[in-house]
Amino acid sequence: MGLLEVKNLKVHFPIHGGIFRKVVGEVKAVDNVSFTIEAGQTYGLVGESGSGKTTTGRAIIGLNSITSGSVIFEGQDLALKGVRKQKNIRKDIQMIFQDPYSSLNPKKRVLDIIAEPLRNFEKMSPGEEKRRVQELLLQVGLSPENILKYPHEFSGGQRQRIGIARAIALKPKLIIADEPVSALDVSVQAQVLNFMQDIQKELNLTFLFISHDLGIIRHMCDHIGIMYKGRHVEQGTAKDIFDNPRHIYTKRLIAAIPDIDPKQREKQTEFRKSVSMEYEQAHRNYFDEQGMPYPLKSISETHLVALPEKG
Amino acid sequence: MSEELLEIKNLSTSFRIVDDYYAAVDDVTLSVRKNEILAIVGESGSGKSALAFSIMGLHTRAKIDGQIKYKGHDIVTMSPAALNKLRGQEMSMIFQDPLSALNPLMIIGSQIEEVLILHDSKLSKKQRKEKVIDLLNKVGISRPEHTYQQYPHELSGGMRQRVVIAIAIANSPKLLIADEPTTALDVTIQLQILELIKRLKNDMEAGIILITHDLGVVSEMADRVAVMYAGQIVEIADIFTLTSNPKHPYTRSLLNSIPTVKEEKSRLHVIQGIVPPLQNLPRKGCRFSARTPWIPEWEHEENPQLHEVAPGHFVRCTCHYNFHFPDTSEEASHNGTS
Repeated sequence: MGLLEVKNLKVHFPIHGGIFRKVVGEVKAVDNVSFTIEAGQTYGLVGESGSGKTTTGRAIIGLNSITSGSVIFEGQDLALKGVRKQKNIRKDIQMIFQDPYSSLNPKKRVLDIIAEPLRNFEKMSPGEEKRRVQELLLQVGLSPENILKYPHEFSGGQRQRIGIARAIALKPKLIIADEPVSALDVSVQAQVLNFMQDIQKELNLTFLFISHDLGIIRHMCDHIGIMYKGRHVEQGTAKDIFDNPRHIYTKRLIAAIPDIDPKQREKQTEFRKSVSMEYEQAHRNYFDEQGMPYPLKSISETHLVALPEKG
Repeated sequence: MSEELLEIKNLSTSFRIVDDYYAAVDDVTLSVRKNEILAIVGESGSGKSALAFSIMGLHTRAKIDGQIKYKGHDIVTMSPAALNKLRGQEMSMIFQDPLSALNPLMIIGSQIEEVLILHDSKLSKKQRKEKVIDLLNKVGISRPEHTYQQYPHELSGGMRQRVVIAIAIANSPKLLIADEPTTALDVTIQLQILELIKRLKNDMEAGIILITHDLGVVSEMADRVAVMYAGQIVEIADIFTLTSNPKHPYTRSLLNSIPTVKEEKSRLHVIQGIVPPLQNLPRKGCRFSARTPWIPEWEHEENPQLHEVAPGHFVRCTCHYNFHFPDTSEEASHNGTS
């Protein structure tokens, strides 16, 4: 059994219309998504904008309400009413946000930013609190003298580390990282990614890593789920997805990644041509009449692909 | 050398901060030829966008020294009227953020027509509309008549970027500057836009300056690459040389720090420290030296210049000769202090 089991998760948003703002339809942002994350591992959710990956993450932590389905965390279903009120559950799941420039309150000192979760959940004297924050700063590689500074005094990478310090303050078990490095420069990105791997080992953390960058996903994740229009089209280990992609959408996504080796240009162009040909010709084999992906079918022990019922 | 479209010599663009001028672009010399994509790579704060704005003459308060010659005419000393004529007609720019580059209150058609009216007033109303539809077709918009009547908010990010490109190529410019044209887009859309830019290059035989921080995009697109760090060009080479035989420590570090789909790296290389802010840039010595503290000082040149190490391959400073990456244990200990 995994640390987190998401089963048939649906998040639908109502569309209001008419004079009385009646519900006239709904957007199926997340539609029947299931996956499991084992403790200590990293699960990567990949997809383009609008695919529902962020909504999935936000639904798990409780920032979006769940329409139906279950989110089982350590045996308890978070989708049931009242379960989330238990303090330990809220402590155990934390989030790292995308933009380190807007996710830290500019009017607060680093001390207050990192201590906020501590103040909410743990009774600490101001002295203890200060010591704990200094410890956390050291842990994320910042100097403990920084506690009285404000966010604008830090660079992007340092800010993201402050965000991480806040996320790990309560010693959570699961961290949802929503595009944690997409706002950062490549060299800073490397720094934050390395650091996330370090704290994962150190604190035995489990990550749900949401990103649109397949290079980063491959680097960070053990298991990967590819999302399209609110559904999973393919799920498997990093090896399954990158060495043996089976769904045409996954293939198309992988083909679109710019190749770092300029000598491969022609080969890459050929490969893309063949993939886009297949995408056009075999569209029917992968998507139903409404253009939606089929339910997942397992083709090996770890590898699931959204294919139609027969063959 | 008649193919040289743009020649920049010893360009410095300085901005005034409090009482002093600081060079955001420092002593840049480069050229762009016809039918060539020159990529400029660098992190935020490296001066790549400041360079692009200098070429377009868009800085109003900056102090610009040096030469920017477009087909032999110096842009720096040109009158505003002459410059206006050049901009949009001979050279144009694709901006980074397609949402803020378009006017939200104007339909797409009128926004593109605006460029045509300003630079080619001989066209009749009907001809203009035909030309706009033709342009929209060219950038791969499937229902141009429909899009003509739409407002920017009705279009997706990729479509908006296509419209921005349509505006940029409306007068078939000879020089196109694309400032991070795909940063805001998804990979599949990015691919389409990049292919569009490549096709335009082949059709119009234009020179293109592609500004980006994404080395993958560079490898796919560029003929030549200039790597910028802290306002200076640290390395210029053709793309094949740059990726297979990079010399400057900064280029090598960058290449080592990106996670790729192809190979598995157990650990990414981290460039220590941060790009120093403009006011604190070291004005003497190798600017990258602060970020490679394990390289002894005598390896650096006192006043680093670009040296030609192979035909067409220029590297700044001498520190690349004996450059090596620190071993991992060293790296880890440095990480903790940054």
